[in-house]
Amino acid sequence: MNMPAEESRSGKDAVIEVRGLEMSYGSFVLMRDLNFTINRGDIFIIMGGSGCGKSTLLKMLVGLKRPARGEILYDGVSYWESEPEVQERLKRRFGILFQSGALWSSMTLAENVALPLEQYTTLPPGQIRELVSFKLSLVGLGGFEDFYPSEISGGMKKRAGLARAMALDPDLLFFDEPSAGLDPISARLLDDLIIELSESLGTTVVVVTHELASIFAIGTNSVFLDPDVKTMTGAGDPKRLLKESPDPKVINFLTRGEGAQQR
Amino acid sequence: MEKGASHSMTPSELKIDKTPDGALLTLAGEWRLGNAIPSPDGLLAGLGAAEKGQRLAFESGKLQGWDSGLLVFLAKLFDICRRNGVTVDGSGLPAGVRKLIDLASPEKQRSGVTHGGEHPSFLVRVADTALAQVKGGREVLAFIGEATLAFYKMLRGKADFRRMDLIVTIQETGAQALPIVTLISLLVGMILAFIASIQLKMFGAQIYVADVVGIGIVRVMGAIMTGIIMSGRTGAAFAAQLGTMQVNEEIDALETLGFSPVEFLVLPRMLALMLMMPLLCVYSDLMGVLGGMVVGVGMLDLGVMEYVHESKAALNLTHLLVGLFHSFVFGILVAVAGCLRGLQCERSASAVGYAATSAVVTGIVCIVVATALITLSCQVLGI
Repeated sequence: MNMPAEESRSGKDAVIEVRGLEMSYGSFVLMRDLNFTINRGDIFIIMGGSGCGKSTLLKMLVGLKRPARGEILYDGVSYWESEPEVQERLKRRFGILFQSGALWSSMTLAENVALPLEQYTTLPPGQIRELVSFKLSLVGLGGFEDFYPSEISGGMKKRAGLARAMALDPDLLFFDEPSAGLDPISARLLDDLIIELSESLGTTVVVVTHELASIFAIGTNSVFLDPDVKTMTGAGDPKRLLKESPDPKVINFLTRGEGAQQR
Repeated sequence: MEKGASHSMTPSELKIDKTPDGALLTLAGEWRLGNAIPSPDGLLAGLGAAEKGQRLAFESGKLQGWDSGLLVFLAKLFDICRRNGVTVDGSGLPAGVRKLIDLASPEKQRSGVTHGGEHPSFLVRVADTALAQVKGGREVLAFIGEATLAFYKMLRGKADFRRMDLIVTIQETGAQALPIVTLISLLVGMILAFIASIQLKMFGAQIYVADVVGIGIVRVMGAIMTGIIMSGRTGAAFAAQLGTMQVNEEIDALETLGFSPVEFLVLPRMLALMLMMPLLCVYSDLMGVLGGMVVGVGMLDLGVMEYVHESKAALNLTHLLVGLFHSFVFGILVAVAGCLRGLQCERSASAVGYAATSAVVTGIVCIVVATALITLSCQVLGI
């Protein structure tokens, strides 16, 4: 369980490498020539306007959608060229928080969080119950074990989804628009939680978002996807991108459109 | 703009003057929808201003009002100018008009948007449809293959699914379906008896109503009626459940955790229906015979014992087993149709509705085709 933390302190090394990735729907190419690296311990932001393919890119990063071209390497291992057993092992390192939480509606919150634990560990039921309670408390949902997803609010669903994503202590956490539909305070709390997780567990975090406040608060690295030229037009620390990016569209995005007027 | 306002509207006026470097367009009156607005086509060509390098200016001091009518006119005109290389000087237009036209200009739209390109020809559409059918057929085969593998894994005790899901589904598809099965089976038994009695009465052979109803219900009708009820009730529910899970990304969540949706979601549903359908079928048989008896005793003056005795004499174990075999097959078909359509569901609310409808249609078609095949096989085998 402490392994990822130890490794992260040993310095920056690539966890995910994306090479020559192309995304398309049928014959319609969404993005091409995506090349970037996500380092251990990064909070990596995938940003871009609505409909530019951010969520599709995330689906490819977690092995749900096969890229049209190019490859994705995890610690040097190509996901789509691996045997199913290797893919299964890789998947076990992922924790994913979907846009709406994607909790299984026929199970209680405790059962939702417990399912991955029951599947992949041989822990006795009593210990699983304790672990589940602890994970739910981590996201501020202690005491909600026996609630069904339909009985809690949208923000709580998202936090419960996060508890489930963290159930197996993944070393890669993926977030699909974590602050969408949350009030500013809850969004801020979620941001803080992401930073805490990254710092205390050494978890590498990949976040799809277009919330500027979040981007600057948590991001240590990023890519910017531009749907007009159909590729990435910026990469690096978002704060540095804001200062140094030569692309007016990137500046525009990072300043809510005010950058272009100044130019 | 109010309806009927055209009565009091000042007509739109348009004047074109030639200038040294192009043309000047003077707009006056009210340029509103509902008012007669001239067409921009051929407007400039007549003046000889539709040439490269010319300039088109505007004068709108006497313009009394405008709405989208003017905007559409100008957008078209600007487009003509752009194609002919005529420079447009919009400074003479009201500021609001300038801003809105600018927002809708081609440069502000996302580039490279194509939705399937040009309208495909008839042959292309035929080919596309045929390929889609082949793809759909492959998906069905793949799904059946996966379901079979999952079933095999379950027999070896290695399948991943929650026992609780199985129990809940058994309750939903079994006990909770009893009221509607009771009603439909009773009525179908009565209808069969009624129709048979009209014919048999002519020969004074009313007692054979028991034979017709007994064999008809036990051999096929009981199974078909439960099959159709379950297709409408449970098949649709399965498709809607799985479809909603697809929309909510719940199935993605399962897959990323390494669970097979077929094992985890389809298997318990298939098992539940395979177990419950034969039981419901036996119950439906009993109810159907009871319905026949109600008609026989109430309308044909047959005795209760007489009817029971005649039914017993007419029926044998083969009839019952043929009926049970039907219902077992229907159970698989309804579950497969429901789950397949649910998993194929796209990510929108209307897609869930479509999945549910499609599950029922697929289920019923499969049931009828399967009945025909089984009946034919029984005929050939002499069962």
